[in-house]
Amino acid sequence: MKIPNALKNCFFIIFILFLMAGCATTQQQLLDSEQSQLRLRSIQTRAFDTTDKEKTLRTVITTLQDLGFVIDKADATLGMVTATKLDRYALRMTVTVRPRGETQLLIRANAQYETTPVDDPETYQHFFSALQKAMFLAAHEVD
Amino acid sequence: MPHVSERRRTFFLNLRCLFLFVLSLAFVACHPRIPPEALRLDSESLKQRQIQTRVFQTDDEAKVLTACAALLQDTGFNIDESETKLGVIVGSKDRSAVSAGQVVGSIFVTLLTGAPVPWDKNQKMRACVITRPIGEEKKSIAVRVTFQRIVWNTEGKVTKREGLTDPKIYQEFFEKLSKSLFLEAHEAL
Repeated sequence: MKIPNALKNCFFIIFILFLMAGCATTQQQLLDSEQSQLRLRSIQTRAFDTTDKEKTLRTVITTLQDLGFVIDKADATLGMVTATKLDRYALRMTVTVRPRGETQLLIRANAQYETTPVDDPETYQHFFSALQKAMFLAAHEVD
Repeated sequence: MPHVSERRRTFFLNLRCLFLFVLSLAFVACHPRIPPEALRLDSESLKQRQIQTRVFQTDDEAKVLTACAALLQDTGFNIDESETKLGVIVGSKDRSAVSAGQVVGSIFVTLLTGAPVPWDKNQKMRACVITRPIGEEKKSIAVRVTFQRIVWNTEGKVTKREGLTDPKIYQEFFEKLSKSLFLEAHEAL
């Protein structure tokens, strides 16, 4: 039987798509190596002019609740909070708070949406603008 | 005539090809995008905060937290996580999610179509209670509770993931908390 041309084209296109899809192995995702570490840090981190770690953590928790998250874990000593938002999708977020110098705290947030890391600056910007409203303090970008 | 039918066949083959192409594109572009409003505060956030929060006139945060933990136990939750320094208690419970109406509907559709239609079977419900001293002199404690749940069907697939926003749930929770606080204060059973 002669294979029609259209069918041949079709197979060819699917083959190309397979090639495109197959360029990332699933193991590579363990360390998300394709991401630039520095870029990620700068979009996920802000500095605040306060040294009260406990109060800051409490404000982080309040903000997460305002945004519809339910807290999974919190640790005052390590300065971290993990929370999950379920709204048809699942969004998981960890926020850490640590001192920066004598006068500031660094807050870093990282989020995962379903099974992908969130790496667009705008989403984090929304989080930090919500947070700075609750903190009554400005969030400073860090290099 | 055979010429026309040949053209028609090619047309449909092309159409199928296009469909496959779009389908495979959907697979390749499997990166789901986060909804832009996911981390944005809106008026709904403020409304939810009011529904989910009550203020108690006491400066003893530990006592309120203990009462909350007791209440979570009263309502069948197991405590998963707690951090007293930050006023955090998190609990969860697994319950049945079977509703008679849905089962009847599924069986009806199954009988009509012959294909088995799954129904909701289990659910995991989570609660987190956060306490926070408020006011200038920290003389009162704000308690905010939030609930969410995940529902699985008879095939083990997730069918619902949602925050629970019905004000009635929260009203009932806080009524019970008032009682629980009263019980704690009087060291009754």
